[in-house]
Amino acid sequence: MILRLAPVLIVTLLVGPILAGLAMAVLPAFGYLPALGGDTLGLAPWRQLVAQPGLWRSVAVSFTSGLVTTAVSLVVVLLFLASATGSRLDHWIRRLVSPLLSIPHAAAAFGLAFLIAPSGLVARLVSPGLTGWERPPDLLIVQDPWGLSLMAGLIIKEIPFLLLMSLAALPQLDPERRVAIARSLGYRPTIAWLKVVAPALYPLIRLPVYAVIAYATSVVDVALILGPTLPPTLSVSILTWFNDPDLSRRFMASAGAVLQLGVTAAALATWWCLECLATRLIRHWIDRGGRRHGEKPLHLAGKGLILLASLIAFIGIAGLALYSVAGFWRFPDALPQSVTTTHWVRALPSLAGPASSTAIIAIASTLIAVVLALAALENEQRTGRQPAQGRLLSALGLLYLPLIVPQIAFLFGLVVVMESLGTRPQHGLVIFGHLLFVLPYVFLSLSEAYRRFDPRWTRLALTLGASRNAAFWRVRLPLLLAPMLTACAVGLAVSIGQYLPTQLLGAGRVPTVTTEAVALASGGNRRAIGVWALVQASLPLVGFTIAIGLPRLLWSNRRGMRGTP
Amino acid sequence: MPSRTLAAAPLALLLSMPLHAAPDPADWDAVRNEARGQTVYWNAWAGDTRTNRYLEWVNQRMQDEYDVTVVHVKLDDTSAAVSRVLAEKSAGNREDGSIDLIWINGENFAAMRAADLLFGPFAERLPNFALTYPEHNPEVVTDFTLPTEGFEAPWGKAQITFYFDSAEIDSPPRDIEALLAWAEANPGRFTYPRIPDFTGSTFLKQALLALSDADEALYAPVEESDFTAVTAPLWDYLDTLHPHLWRGGRQFPASGPELRNLMSDGELALAFTFIPSEPAAAVADSELPPTTRSYVLEGGTLGNVHFVAIPFNSPHKAGAMVVADFLLSPEAQARKQDLAMWGDRTVLDVARLDEQAQALFALDEENPAMLPPDALAMTLPEPHPSWMTALQEAWLERYVRN
Repeated sequence: MILRLAPVLIVTLLVGPILAGLAMAVLPAFGYLPALGGDTLGLAPWRQLVAQPGLWRSVAVSFTSGLVTTAVSLVVVLLFLASATGSRLDHWIRRLVSPLLSIPHAAAAFGLAFLIAPSGLVARLVSPGLTGWERPPDLLIVQDPWGLSLMAGLIIKEIPFLLLMSLAALPQLDPERRVAIARSLGYRPTIAWLKVVAPALYPLIRLPVYAVIAYATSVVDVALILGPTLPPTLSVSILTWFNDPDLSRRFMASAGAVLQLGVTAAALATWWCLECLATRLIRHWIDRGGRRHGEKPLHLAGKGLILLASLIAFIGIAGLALYSVAGFWRFPDALPQSVTTTHWVRALPSLAGPASSTAIIAIASTLIAVVLALAALENEQRTGRQPAQGRLLSALGLLYLPLIVPQIAFLFGLVVVMESLGTRPQHGLVIFGHLLFVLPYVFLSLSEAYRRFDPRWTRLALTLGASRNAAFWRVRLPLLLAPMLTACAVGLAVSIGQYLPTQLLGAGRVPTVTTEAVALASGGNRRAIGVWALVQASLPLVGFTIAIGLPRLLWSNRRGMRGTP
Repeated sequence: MPSRTLAAAPLALLLSMPLHAAPDPADWDAVRNEARGQTVYWNAWAGDTRTNRYLEWVNQRMQDEYDVTVVHVKLDDTSAAVSRVLAEKSAGNREDGSIDLIWINGENFAAMRAADLLFGPFAERLPNFALTYPEHNPEVVTDFTLPTEGFEAPWGKAQITFYFDSAEIDSPPRDIEALLAWAEANPGRFTYPRIPDFTGSTFLKQALLALSDADEALYAPVEESDFTAVTAPLWDYLDTLHPHLWRGGRQFPASGPELRNLMSDGELALAFTFIPSEPAAAVADSELPPTTRSYVLEGGTLGNVHFVAIPFNSPHKAGAMVVADFLLSPEAQARKQDLAMWGDRTVLDVARLDEQAQALFALDEENPAMLPPDALAMTLPEPHPSWMTALQEAWLERYVRN
C-alpha cells in the first residue's frame, strides 16, 4: 500500500514545485510581477530580450556546447570501454572514476583555466626555456569566443559521469560473452565491442546522456570561468540580468530563462534526430561486416583520449593544491618561491560549520532519495508495470524534469512559492531543494540495475517460503548493495555540489562548503579558492570511498557480490 | 509569526501598518533593550577573507557588549539579497523577512529605495552617526547623488586607486590622456573589467569625467542631457584604446579581483581597484610583489561611501540598528581601517573627534604599497546612477559581437 504511493509521492514532490516555480518564472517573462509594478501581461520583456546585443550568439554557443560536449564525452567513453576492457588501464581508470566524479565542476574548471592560460602551468613549465617568454604571451586561450575551452572543461567532467553510468549498466549485458562470440567470428576486439556491445549499451545510458545535454546547455559556474565573455553563454547572461541592480531587468531575465528552456529543449530534440541518423549509419556499418578495418586507430584513441582527459583533470587539481600553499609565485616560475600554510590556517576555523551542514544536508537528501527510489522501483517490480527502456515520457519520466529545466529558470519562482506557503528558510527547506536534484540522479543510477535484476532470485526466495518483503530485504537488497551504494555516492556528490538551491532556498543562512567556496571565489583570491575547492572535492570522495569499500568489506568472502567499479 | 506580534492590540496593528513592530530609533534605550538577545542576519559580499574576518570580530564584540549575535550571510553578489527581499515582498512576507542588514550602495540602494524595500529613516538617529559630521562631509548622506534620507547608515569609503609594479615601471600615467599614450607604448599590459562589472563601469565614468566638458550634466539624471553628444569623446577614446589593451580589447577580465590576478600573473603591468588597501593587502598575502606601489590620478579619482541598510521586513530591526551604530563607533571604525584587519577607510571625521578617539586612528607604520594618507583628498563624487546604466548599455551595444 505504502509502496504504491511512492510513484505518486515522487511525482507530486518533484513536479509540483518545479511547475509552480516555472509558472512564477513564466509570468514575469510576460510582464506580470506585481511587486515590481508589473500587473499586465504583454510581450515587452521579449522585445527587450531580443534587442540585447549578442543574444543570438549566446544562444548559439549554449546550444552547440551542449551538443558537442555530450557527443565528445560519449565517444570517448565508448571508445575507452571498447578498447580497454580488461586491460591494466581499465582497472586503473575504473579506480579513478570516483575521484574524478567527485571533483566539483567549478574546481575542475579553475584547474583547467590555470593549466592552459597563457600564464598557466603549461606555459610556466616550458618558459622561458623553450619559448623564450619572460612574460606571459598575449594569447586568447581561456574564454575563447567559440566556447572551445568551455567545452573542454565540461567534457573532462562529463566523461567520468557517463563512464560510471555505463559501468553500472554493463554487467547486465554480459559484454564478455558478446565480445567472445564476435571474436570467434573474426572481429578484432575493439571493433567487436563497438559492434555488439555499444548498440545494446546506448539505450541503457540514454537518460544520463540526455541529462548531460541539459546540463551542458544551461551550466552557469563552468561557463563563468571558461566560457566566452562578449557575449557570454545564455545562462550566464540570464544570471547577470537577474543580478542586475536595475530591478526592471528581472522581466527580461525571466524571458531569458524561458528562452533557455527552449534552447535546452531544442538541443535535446536535435540530439534525438542525430540519434536516428546515427542509428542508420551504424546499422550500415555493422551490416557491412568489416572485422578489422580501423581497429588500430580506434584502439589508440580509446586509450589515449581518456588518459588525456583524466590527466588534465588531475594536473589541474594539483595546480589548485599547489596554489593553496603557495607563497609568492610569478610567471615564469614553475613552482612557488615559498610554501605557506597561512591560507589553510585561516580557513580551518570557519570550516567546521559549513562542512557539517553540508554533510547533514547531503546525507538526509540522499537517504530520502534512495528510500523513495527503492520504493518506486520495488513497486514497479511487484505490480509488473515496467516502463519501456530509456523512455523519457512515462509518468516517472517526469522525475527527470529537474535535470532538463535550467535551475535559474524555476528556483527564483520556487522561492516566491515557498515564501507564499509560509515556509521559512532552514535546513529542511534546503534538503527538500536538494532532493529535487538528488532524486533524479539516484533514480538514474539505480533504476537499470534494479530493473535488470534477475527475477529468478526473487522467485526462488518465494518458492522457499519467504514473504515478498523478506525476499526484498534478504535477497534483493544485499545483491544490489553495490549499485545502491554507487547511487548513494552520486547522490551525495550531487547534493554537495549544489549552489543555487542552497543559497536561494536557505536565504544564505545555511552555509555549505559550496556556498562558502562560491562566495570566496567572487574575490578572486586563488589561494583561498584552492583551499575551498580541495575541501569541496574531498567531501564527496569520502562518499565514494565508502561506496566502493563497503561491499568489499561486507562481502570479503563472496567475490561475486563486490560489484564492478 | 512571533507570539509577541500576535499579542499586540489589533487596533494598534491597524493604526500602524505596516511598520507596527518597528522600534522607534528616537528612543535609543528602548532600541537597545529590544535588541538584546536578537540574532542579526547580515547579508554581505564575502569575496575577501579580510572583510570576513572583520565581520567575525564585529560578531564577537556585539555578543560581548550588547548580547546581539551577528551572522554573516555570505554573498557572491549583493543583488542576491535584493532578489531575496523582492521575492519575500512578492509573496506577501511583510514582517518575517530573512535579512536584517545589507551591505549596500549605489545602484542596489537606488533600486531598493525605488521598490520600497527598505526600512527607515533610521541612520540619523544612531548615536554615533553624529561623529561623521554630515554637515561637513555630505558624502555620508549622499549615495551616487541620491540623498540617503536616513535609509542607510554610512560604513566605509572606497576610491579608485591605480597600482603598478615599481620594478617594472618608473613613471606610471598620471591622467586618462597619459593612460592612452602609455597603453600604446605598452600594448597588452593594461585593461579594465568587463561591463557591467561595477569596477569596470566606474572606469568608464572616470574616463567620461576626464574627457567630457559637461561634468554638470553627469550629476543629473541622464534623460536630461544629450547622451550621444556628452559621451562621444568617451567612445572615441575607447575605440583608440581598445586595440592596445590586454588581448587586444577582444576580451576583458570579469571583475576587479580578476584584474589583480592578472597583475599577479604578470600579464598586466598596471591596474586599478576600488579598494585603496587592496594592493597592500595583496602584497601581504604574497599575491603581488613587494615592489607594488599605489597612486591616484591627477585631478582625483571617483570615490564613494558604502553603507548598511535594513530591509522593510526585517524581524530584528532593533538589533540591526544597534549593529549599524556599533559599526560607526570609533573603536569599530579604527579597527576596520587597520590594514592588519581589513584596511577599509573610515567614514568618521577623524579631525573632529576627541583626542582619545583620534589616537585610535594613528597609523603605526607606513606601508609602501599603501597610498600616502593625503592622496585620497581628491575624491570625485559619483555621477547620477542613471548614467551607469546608460553607459553600460551603450558599451555592450558597441563592443559585444552579434
